[in-house]
Amino acid sequence: MPGEAPVLEMRKISKVFPGVRALSGVDFRLFRGEVHAVMGQNGAGKSTLVKVLTGVHEHDAGEILLEGKPIRPDSPFAAQKLGISTVYQEVNLCPNLSVAENMFIGRQPMRFGSIHWKEMNRRAEEALRRLNIVIDVTQVLSSYSIAIQQMVAIARVLDVSSKILILDEPTSSLDETEVERLFGLIRTLRDRGLAILFITHFLDQTYRISDRITVLKDGLFCGEYETAELPKLELIAKMLGKELSEFSYATEQAGKKKEAAAAGAEAPVLRVRQLGLRGSIAPFDLDLSKGEILGLAGLLGSGRTEMAKLIFGIDSANQGDIEVQGKKASIGSPRAAMMAGMGFCSEDRKNEGVLGELTVRENIILALQARMGGLKFIPLKKQLEIADKLINSLKIKTPSAENAALQLSGGNLQKVMLARWLATHPAILILDEPTRGIDVGAKVEIMELILNLSRQGMGVIFISSEFEEVVRCSDRVAVLKDHAKVGELSGPEVDENNIMRTIAEGR
Amino acid sequence: MPSARSLSRSRLIWPLIALGCLLLFNVFFTPNFFHIEVKEGHLYGNLIDIIKNAAPIMLLAIGLTLVIATKGIDISVGSVVAISAGTVAILLGGDLGGVPRFPVALALIGAVLASTAAGVWNGILVSRIGLQPIIATLILFVAGRGIAMVLTNAMVIWIYVKPFAIFGQGYWLGLPFSIYMVAGLLLLTWLVTRRTAIGLFIESVGINPTAARFSGISAKNILLGVYVFSGFCAGLSGLVVCSTVMSADGNNAGNLYELDAILAVVLGGTSLNGGKFYLLGSMIGALIIQTLTTTIYAFNVAPEISQVVKAFVVYGVSLLQSERFRRRIAGMFVRERAPA
Repeated sequence: MPGEAPVLEMRKISKVFPGVRALSGVDFRLFRGEVHAVMGQNGAGKSTLVKVLTGVHEHDAGEILLEGKPIRPDSPFAAQKLGISTVYQEVNLCPNLSVAENMFIGRQPMRFGSIHWKEMNRRAEEALRRLNIVIDVTQVLSSYSIAIQQMVAIARVLDVSSKILILDEPTSSLDETEVERLFGLIRTLRDRGLAILFITHFLDQTYRISDRITVLKDGLFCGEYETAELPKLELIAKMLGKELSEFSYATEQAGKKKEAAAAGAEAPVLRVRQLGLRGSIAPFDLDLSKGEILGLAGLLGSGRTEMAKLIFGIDSANQGDIEVQGKKASIGSPRAAMMAGMGFCSEDRKNEGVLGELTVRENIILALQARMGGLKFIPLKKQLEIADKLINSLKIKTPSAENAALQLSGGNLQKVMLARWLATHPAILILDEPTRGIDVGAKVEIMELILNLSRQGMGVIFISSEFEEVVRCSDRVAVLKDHAKVGELSGPEVDENNIMRTIAEGR
Repeated sequence: MPSARSLSRSRLIWPLIALGCLLLFNVFFTPNFFHIEVKEGHLYGNLIDIIKNAAPIMLLAIGLTLVIATKGIDISVGSVVAISAGTVAILLGGDLGGVPRFPVALALIGAVLASTAAGVWNGILVSRIGLQPIIATLILFVAGRGIAMVLTNAMVIWIYVKPFAIFGQGYWLGLPFSIYMVAGLLLLTWLVTRRTAIGLFIESVGINPTAARFSGISAKNILLGVYVFSGFCAGLSGLVVCSTVMSADGNNAGNLYELDAILAVVLGGTSLNGGKFYLLGSMIGALIIQTLTTTIYAFNVAPEISQVVKAFVVYGVSLLQSERFRRRIAGMFVRERAPA
């Protein structure tokens, strides 16, 4: 703890990307036996700081001292050898290899010049058991939920001896019991003297687990605080760089809107009757009116995403009907859903959303162009007009519309996905975890945006694992449990307690 | 807009430099390499030969560029060349008097249709059945030669129909006719992919088929389309190959052309990982390969080591394409001056 020398010290670190100053003169200290949270908005430089530390990027200026000695890791492998281990936000494992292979990839136990499978599986099982995960390690990784995959990733780096453990959004896809289990583990490791750098967007989690907090804003160092001495609201204000009153105003607006919409119910834009797919989700009914926000609430794995994918035609239902804007629609593919007037932002931005190598402009006009057909080319000038307009109105932070999308941060990628669908002016927009893995500021922006869209008459289906968000945004909430719809709340009934009660009592 | 164009231009610079180096080498070491003379109103010379000989590969590479952009591969194109050659040969017939069995136009259309049908087969296997592209096209890679043999009854069929010679041997306005075929197909492909959104869809499918599908793009139809088009291109290539030697040999026509064509695409800057594609780059790639072959011949490299020389040059050009390699080389020279 402060008093002794820090195990890691980063001094005046700067990093510039084309068109963006990602870090300028950032200081960071990490002590043995502490959990240190790095907080900040999108593009504040959290990820860049981690990537500099783990050798993904090399810093342009400043120095890194590990146990007093200067280091300059030039690859994640080099960082790992120095004792800096990382678990990233998005699972970075090979889904088609077995759990054990994933854990020992690159350092498989060998015998007689070939992989010692038995030993590898045994050691993998053992390492996972220490995390209280009991699974068949010979199964391919993709057969497990994202939560389990995330834990395998953590088990993997924990198994390699390390001085510093970096957890970049490790909890974004874990449910509450899993988070608690992980925190238990983090505390054990901390007490054993490991230095842990923790990045999360969940404020509550930061306060539950961290000892100290470093705040970044727009690539600048804002300060280092003892967690216990920094009130939550103050932290939010520092991250946003806003006055407190502004922030509460946004939340208040959200509340007002909800009352207004609840008053006048309008014509349904979406009517789903007994839609279902065996093995995915039990048959359900769902109605969505013009200008209404329908929240889907449920725990991780309750079938929220499955429901959305069925409505959008990604999975083909084996029973039931969908009516869009009063007309019976046969939705057999995302294309058909789009033509009927729907849009869908997947929760998995990396694999199902943004096309990283395409430019921001191309990403934005993609769905509109697909809707118009390949031959009706939108002239470049018009494309830029559409892209620039959406970049401005959604406040997407990018040097220009012609930059490759993969250079953008998570929250901005989410906005690009939103922009892609807004360009098609859909009647129904399905948003699966639009606020996942992005910071508080962007969350507020995106939620305000959703409210605005509904005010303009769009029907929105909003999925979030944070009940608080669902409650704040939604006019009505459909509650899911164990791959079935178990209830619906509307108007004044919509609150967190009722959702939890419905889940607890449903079925 | 401007930056999109300059980006593709900067991607072309490396294949161009490689081609330039090869030509420069010949300036110094191969006498008369650049000599072009006019005979009977036609241009003759090494440079003209290079373009003429590269034409069949260029035609294949145009189709393959789009296939590779979808992260696919079509290794059947060499066999489809044989199918095209065999089809046109039997339709024209081996009549010594030069009287075609069917009208020449019909024979040409027949050959291209047969090749396009082969492309449809590949496309269905990949896009509808979901076979991996290399396995799907491996089927025709093997079976295509069999089909060509059946068509030609396992014999070399000679063609005596004079007008047919134009594709492989003819000249127009002083230049080999096949050059115009390449230019025409290239222009058409460029227009269809870049003046419409089809190019963007192809790239999207290549980068991430799931995300493309979720955006409302019919990934299946895009995939089907590129394989059909690749078959069509192989058909045209087959006409040129057949016309050059005025015969169809099921065994040898287009043999191993698929490898040269794939190499041309890769040398041209299109990644086998799919995504952004560069039609002009592929053309330059094909020219690099042909220039290399011609240089090796002109230089009288012993045949036993000519393949090794070729391999080294290809290796060098591939390295030049790698941004990481270039940065490392550049780093060797500028490291000391790098600002802190």
